[in-house]
Amino acid sequence: MTGLPAPSKRKLGLVIDLDTCVGCHACAVACKEWNAGGIAGPLTDENPYGAEPFGVWFNRVHSYEATGLGTGDGGKDAPQAVTAAPMTVHFPRSCLHCETPACVTVCPTGASYKRASDGIVLVDEDKCIGCKLCSWACPYGAREYSAVEGVMKKCTLCVDRIYNEQLDEEERQPACVQACPTRARHFGDLGDPQSEVSQLVVERGGRDLLPELGYRPTNKYLPPRPRRAGGASNPSAPSSTSLASEALDADKLPSVLRWLDRVLSR
Amino acid sequence: MNPALSVIVFTTLSGAGYGLWFWWVLDAFNVGLARSGPDHWFAWLLVAAAGCVLVTIGLVSSVFHLGKPARAWRAFSQWRTSWLSREGAASLLAYAAFAACFAGLYFGRPMLAMGAAVALALLALGTVCCTAMIYACLKTVPAWRQPLVLPAYIVLALQTGGFAHAALFAIAGVQPALSAQSLAILATTSLSCAWIKEGYWHAIDRIEMPSRASATALEGFGAVTPFERPHTEANYLTREMGFVVARKHANKLRMLSLLLFAILPLLALLAAALLHGVAVFALPLAALSTLAGAFVERWLFFAEAKHLVTLYY
Amino acid sequence: MNEPQLNLSPSPGDEVKTTTCYMCACRCGIKVWLKDGRIRYIQGNPAHPVNKGVLCAKGSAGIMQHYSPARLSRPLLRVGERGSGEFREIEWDEALELATSWLKPIRERNPDELAFFTGRDQSQALTGWWAQQFGTINYAAHGGFCSVNMAAGGLYTLGGSFWEFGEPDWEHARYLMLWGVAEDHDSNPIKLGLGKLKARGAKIVSVNPIRSGYGAIADEWIGIRPGTDGLFAFALIHELLRTDRIDLDYLARYTDAHHLVICDPGAADDGMIARDAQGRALCAVTPPRSRSEGGGREGVLAYLANNQEHPSPTLPFACGEREGVETVPQPSGPAGRSSAHELPPAVHQRASSPPSPGEREGVLARGEREGGVSPADAIDISPAVVGEYVLPDGRKAKPVFHLLVERYLDPQYSPDAVAARCGIPADTIRRIAGELAQAAFDSGLTLPVAWTDTHGRRHEDMVGRPVAMHAMRGIAAHSNGFHTCRALHVLQMLLGAVDAPGSFRYQPPYPKPIPPANRPGRKRRDDGGLDAPALGFVHGPEDLVVDAHGAPRRIDHAFSWAYPLAAHGMMHAVIRNAWAGDPYRIDTLMMFMANMSWNSAMNTAETMRMLTDKDAHGGYRIPRILYADAYASEMVAYADLVLPDTTYLERHDCISLLDRPISDADGAADAIRHPIFEAATQADADGRPRDVRGFQSVLLDLGARLKLPGMVDAAGAPVYRDYADYMVHHQRAPGVGLLAGWRGADGTLEGKGPPNPKQLEAYIAHGGFWHAPIPEAARYYKMANREYLEWSQAMGFIGKAEPVVLHLYSEVLQKFRLSARGHGAAQPPESDRERVERYFDPLPIWYEPFEGEQVAGSPSPLAGEGLGRGGVETASEFDPSSSAASPATPPDGGRRRFPLSAITQRPMFMYHAWGSQNAWLRQIATRNCLYVHPDTAARYGIADGDFVHVDSHNGRITVQARCAGNVQPDTVWTWNAIGKRRGAWRLAANAPEGEQGFLLNHLISDRTPRGDRFNADPVTGQAAWFDLRVRIERAAGHVEMTSQPQFPSISVGNVSSDPLRYGAAFRNRR
Ligand SMILES: Nc1nc2c(c(=O)[nH]1)N[C@H]1C(S)=C(S)[C@@H](COP(=O)(O)OP(=O)(O)OC[C@H]3O[C@@H](n4cnc5c(=O)[nH]c(N)nc54)[C@H](O)[C@@H]3O)O[C@H]1N2
Ligand SMILES: Nc1nc2c(c(=O)[nH]1)N[C@H]1C(S)=C(S)[C@@H](COP(=O)(O)OP(=O)(O)OC[C@H]3O[C@@H](n4cnc5c(=O)[nH]c(N)nc54)[C@H](O)[C@@H]3O)O[C@H]1N2
Ligand code: SF4
Ligand code: SF4
Ligand code: SF4
Ligand code: SF4
Ligand code: SF4
Ligand SMILES: [Mo]
Repeated sequence: MTGLPAPSKRKLGLVIDLDTCVGCHACAVACKEWNAGGIAGPLTDENPYGAEPFGVWFNRVHSYEATGLGTGDGGKDAPQAVTAAPMTVHFPRSCLHCETPACVTVCPTGASYKRASDGIVLVDEDKCIGCKLCSWACPYGAREYSAVEGVMKKCTLCVDRIYNEQLDEEERQPACVQACPTRARHFGDLGDPQSEVSQLVVERGGRDLLPELGYRPTNKYLPPRPRRAGGASNPSAPSSTSLASEALDADKLPSVLRWLDRVLSR
Repeated sequence: MNPALSVIVFTTLSGAGYGLWFWWVLDAFNVGLARSGPDHWFAWLLVAAAGCVLVTIGLVSSVFHLGKPARAWRAFSQWRTSWLSREGAASLLAYAAFAACFAGLYFGRPMLAMGAAVALALLALGTVCCTAMIYACLKTVPAWRQPLVLPAYIVLALQTGGFAHAALFAIAGVQPALSAQSLAILATTSLSCAWIKEGYWHAIDRIEMPSRASATALEGFGAVTPFERPHTEANYLTREMGFVVARKHANKLRMLSLLLFAILPLLALLAAALLHGVAVFALPLAALSTLAGAFVERWLFFAEAKHLVTLYY
Repeated sequence: MNEPQLNLSPSPGDEVKTTTCYMCACRCGIKVWLKDGRIRYIQGNPAHPVNKGVLCAKGSAGIMQHYSPARLSRPLLRVGERGSGEFREIEWDEALELATSWLKPIRERNPDELAFFTGRDQSQALTGWWAQQFGTINYAAHGGFCSVNMAAGGLYTLGGSFWEFGEPDWEHARYLMLWGVAEDHDSNPIKLGLGKLKARGAKIVSVNPIRSGYGAIADEWIGIRPGTDGLFAFALIHELLRTDRIDLDYLARYTDAHHLVICDPGAADDGMIARDAQGRALCAVTPPRSRSEGGGREGVLAYLANNQEHPSPTLPFACGEREGVETVPQPSGPAGRSSAHELPPAVHQRASSPPSPGEREGVLARGEREGGVSPADAIDISPAVVGEYVLPDGRKAKPVFHLLVERYLDPQYSPDAVAARCGIPADTIRRIAGELAQAAFDSGLTLPVAWTDTHGRRHEDMVGRPVAMHAMRGIAAHSNGFHTCRALHVLQMLLGAVDAPGSFRYQPPYPKPIPPANRPGRKRRDDGGLDAPALGFVHGPEDLVVDAHGAPRRIDHAFSWAYPLAAHGMMHAVIRNAWAGDPYRIDTLMMFMANMSWNSAMNTAETMRMLTDKDAHGGYRIPRILYADAYASEMVAYADLVLPDTTYLERHDCISLLDRPISDADGAADAIRHPIFEAATQADADGRPRDVRGFQSVLLDLGARLKLPGMVDAAGAPVYRDYADYMVHHQRAPGVGLLAGWRGADGTLEGKGPPNPKQLEAYIAHGGFWHAPIPEAARYYKMANREYLEWSQAMGFIGKAEPVVLHLYSEVLQKFRLSARGHGAAQPPESDRERVERYFDPLPIWYEPFEGEQVAGSPSPLAGEGLGRGGVETASEFDPSSSAASPATPPDGGRRRFPLSAITQRPMFMYHAWGSQNAWLRQIATRNCLYVHPDTAARYGIADGDFVHVDSHNGRITVQARCAGNVQPDTVWTWNAIGKRRGAWRLAANAPEGEQGFLLNHLISDRTPRGDRFNADPVTGQAAWFDLRVRIERAAGHVEMTSQPQFPSISVGNVSSDPLRYGAAFRNRR
């Protein structure tokens, strides 16, 4: 089981839009909430009201500053020494349901497995011995161990939602996707080039995380779109609404009276 | 990486135990540290038993690392892909070979005993290799995915096992406690250990981690630095993978481990070889020193290794 | 391979209930899944108009809020000293009898001795009415310290506002400017909207000293210096005017741009709008001419030809200035440059002396010759928006727009003049102005929707102006916020971008008349109640709640001459004034869900002292404090009697259109909460059943015990069983109740109609909310859209379906100014006269926020410096050369004493103080730190992670600093309300919230540095949280990793430190 199944045609996963994510943590908490009572629950919280609260989360939202290249937005001509204002980027991190994940192959018990049908990577908690090796093998920090439960936990891609016949059809999506208030998270079949998520990845140049490691993540991240901070630093050309300035040099007019003979309609 | 005591105890002690077993088997073929035979059967048995004890303490300790020790048996099943599983399987088989050896002797089946001994030697080394490969196969920890990790594990096991072997023979009163051959072997393992570890440390000091930009899909957006962590307090990842040991401490500890597993033992060897009657004290001390050195080395092996997930923090 | 068999269709719960979230004031629809009598899962309700199925972090964490160990269990009677947190649990009967025994004598003696102030509630429709029936004028809700600048700025200008009363046209906007918004009340709608804009490729500009959250995804970040947005807005206006990129037709149709302002210096109606006998505003008109004739152009040219000798760019004449008198400084030139000397002599003469015949040949005569004056609301006229005209009575008048142009074309508002003060390059300002105009005018957006205006004219389509703006507390929470907010609205109007497709849009029940009709209650009825609710909108000095000497009558000084338009009251003033007995001592302070001793206090230490201070007789100076809270907050410890509320899943609540509505621009909506659980079945942390009651029901019970009018019948029996009963049966006016849906005996009426006994059932059956879409042709131009206004009237939102004319120029403010000039019966006390004159400018002004102005040691604006300081101050605050300009150079190396601004932001995942008791949310941030720009940190020798002393004029905190470059370098900031008092919220005493977390509130004073006023906006009384000025230094000897100050721990009992395994039981049961 720890062996990887033949690559499935269906590759379910998430596409996360870093251009739109505002870092609100809604996905992280919705994930915690659904999964606490789901097939991977509980997501134990040690010391919940004490000095060092320590909980299991399948999804954590980081934020970074990107300074320098490609982010300049008027910082250059700022009146004081503000060089290239950094860009703030929020970055949710959860299991990427990799194509060739070592987290599965290193598992000594077969508790870690990748589903043959849709590529979802799961932990069978009934088999897990809590050796933590899989968490060492995951470069993305997607696995979290609960010392209280003694087993490894991770994002299930909400497998108990996405096929759940007891939920309305449109609610059969991961909790994080359903909650995301900016709709920066998309769920779908990345194995199907026609799917909406695949199209989105193509359109927006979706990226793999740490592609050099060869884990071949299914989840993709859409990089921030180019920021449109400047360009034309002159007001745009006059249009039909600026009748006077077409013929007259606005600066030379006694400005108030410039509107004296404008015929307005009420 | 967090240097978990149970794992350090496991890898050092079981390493020494497998080393002992290895030399024990070689003894039987008269090619190793000592010559087997009726004159020092006690020492020979002592080595076998000590190997067994060390291996067992190591394995038991490793079980303590598990969240569900009662399910440890499940760990043998995935030998096709998992080095941890292979290690488990190899260690079980090593026990079996060990037992078969004695069975052969007891039932007067020398061929069985011999065959089992050969298997044991291979399995002992194999188990150590598996242990090493558990780490060396992880692309996520560049300091572990180094060509020198495997040799280091093997040589250190042979060295710690070798010194233990010599010490046990000395304690058992075998004379001479140190033959020229064993002197050569012990000195060689010590020196190669030192050489390999130096090479390893040199290599890991020059590791280039992938960029945080690559980890966050932000390549081309400039230098990426953390602004806020997802959670202000520690979590499993930061505790397990985010261990940092200050560089100046690391250097001191490297020296210390070198001193303990190479320099002191070499000096002890020298003393034992040159000064009559010193071996019986010097060799056990050297053995303890190598173990202590291995312990520090192993601690560093974990503590110095940076997991890629730290890119996110 | 043998994969384990999974149950892929586990039951999500035994049942699901729809109700409304209350983890913040956004009030999203939620579906609560229950399993085995516990909450399995809370999700967004996809059918709900507010959140359309999405849910924020707080909403999802509702489980942990409901099961919080900090929930109160029983009424608490104080036994120890106030503040110690020592209480005895009592029964409800005892509690209510006690409360009645306190309140009854007050009501008989003088109802004003009860001050009833409510915090983060959504029950103002009830609490306001209750206070009115009790008869106290001392009632307010939290808006005064929240965003009343935003509300009043909008309601006195547009008849609607940002906040949650309007929204950007998320479907059509192509350019969005966010001014000082971190999260706002429309939490999920804004995020949904931003997602839409992003997907559509609209440009988003964030004007904010900090680039996080929404700013992070904005295309452009304008890292403005706090408190200078007004200048930035003026510079944009200046540019739009200079380049003539404004929507004059829109202005003439929908605003008062053409209304004539009387220019009769010294007269009692100087600066008022000229009106005819029927009270209609007048305008000057030219006979209608078609544009193709080009006559307009000729006219201008002809005029120019006659006036070649005065090519001055400005005509700095301002209506309403008293001649010859040294008046209060006008928002005119920067210091040192007199406006007068640039006046073209002829114009100057016209301005200051009666018109001469010669002048009549010129501009003045135009009005008479070509058209004369006309009622401004007449149609098919061609109103003039500039020029000087003669009114039928012979007096001079100028259109509003003329005054506006004069003011904002002044060079002091040019991009170059404001750039340094705002910290925004002048080129950027020019570019943004160009982009705004381009987006507004060159988009070609029109919606093919025919509509009819209030004059009955049919329009074939709706012309779009796809520039939307949204602003919140970054603008509001400054002492110049009211005017800045108005400045933004003026900017919007110039772009024609109010309720046009693609722009800011009203949400019903807005727009309302400007200002809204209801004035604050002031007199007592025969039955002891007030003649009107205590909060309202002042229309002029005569509406102030002051005594015969003009002194404040309210305990918080709202609606006094010091804070005339304090439409939401001044919660931040009540504790100090109650303590000081200013203007009188009160007996009981009743509060509801406001953490007034901690994160909603300005100056926490002083507030705690005032709450516990005793008078000469050994009694507390605030004799009684009655408080309703649901959790063991910091404030609970300061109450004498605590009335424990339920959680939001245990009570009825009403999200009413009479209160803070949840409508969207396309429809009106209201909603309810209904009990998902019986509180008694929801044990507390110690496993005991909780005996708590919904505060609204308790209030009605108290009202009945006090026999308040409307709460008891003729026989003295309670009229309402509980709040649910009230929600259904109470009628504010005939047919108007708290809920607008399913009215009438059979539930078929909407908006207005007799009560429907089955109304709540109808709500529950419909997901807990009611939503009435606005007819399609009525969705834009609501201020002048006949169909909309008729719909609005039918719904009961407005009294008459009359157009709402937007106010570039505020006559209400001018009325105050005139009284400051000695006109009218209502006169300000001398101490307030100059202040009123200065801050009641009918056109938006900008002035340095008080704290910065006063700690800088520069002369008071009242002493005549004028507001234009920003115009001359060109250097960075760190430039040593700039300090030379400051007369009171402090000794510290010539720098200003407090060179940095310090502000807070709302974290998206935390609601004020409530979040930290939540086991899930607190893990995201158990502590906060002070963010400092790396350059600034370097300048002060501060390294990342160092502890720093932060000093304001009011005090010192010592906290951990972190470096981050995404902030304006003269600004430091932290997350709001993460810091907790040790022991509160039943967190462990060593929890990081108390040990390391901190509040800026310890530094923020409730008084201005000079000490004579509240730290508040002079127009509305809005608390100026973000005016805070600080300096920082490395805390060299600070070894313990604890923030300072620390206060004694309040002990409300410890919570078990066992791991929380929420959900484990569900797993076993699947
Ligand atoms: N998650 C969450 N949501 C909430 C709340 C909460 O506590 N948590 N509270 C609710 C309440 S009560 C309110 S009042 C609203 C408030 O909603 P917001 O007004 O969005 O809240 P603040 O965090 O006060 O945001 C102020 C923003 O203005 C910026 N700012 C400060 N000074 C200036 C300035 O001079 N100019 C400009 N341009 N920007 C400036 C700050 O950096 C910050 O980003 O949020 C409501 N929503
Ligand atoms: N430095 C700084 N200070 C600020 C601000 C800032 O931006 N910066 N913002 C200001 C603003 S805009 C606001 S609105 C205030 C908010 O400040 P508060 O209104 O004081 O804040 P909250 O934490 O929301 O808490 C109010 C109380 O309501 C209680 N409560 C929660 N749920 C319930 C319930 O269901 N029933 C009852 N009866 N009580 C309940 C909580 O336990 C808490 O004690 O903070 C202000 N303070
Ligand atoms: S992200 Fe980590 S846990 Fe998930 S499949 Fe990839 S390697 Fe495994
Ligand atoms: S912790 Fe569990 S799932 Fe992970 S490798 Fe070990 S046995 Fe496999
Ligand atoms: S897919 Fe489900 S389990 Fe995975 S992060 Fe999203 S909510 Fe969590
Ligand atoms: S919910 Fe959406 S916007 Fe919020 S942090 Fe997650 S991905 Fe980003
Ligand atoms: S925005 Fe407010 S009301 Fe909406 S889900 Fe979040 S906490 Fe609840
Ligand atoms: Mo607020």
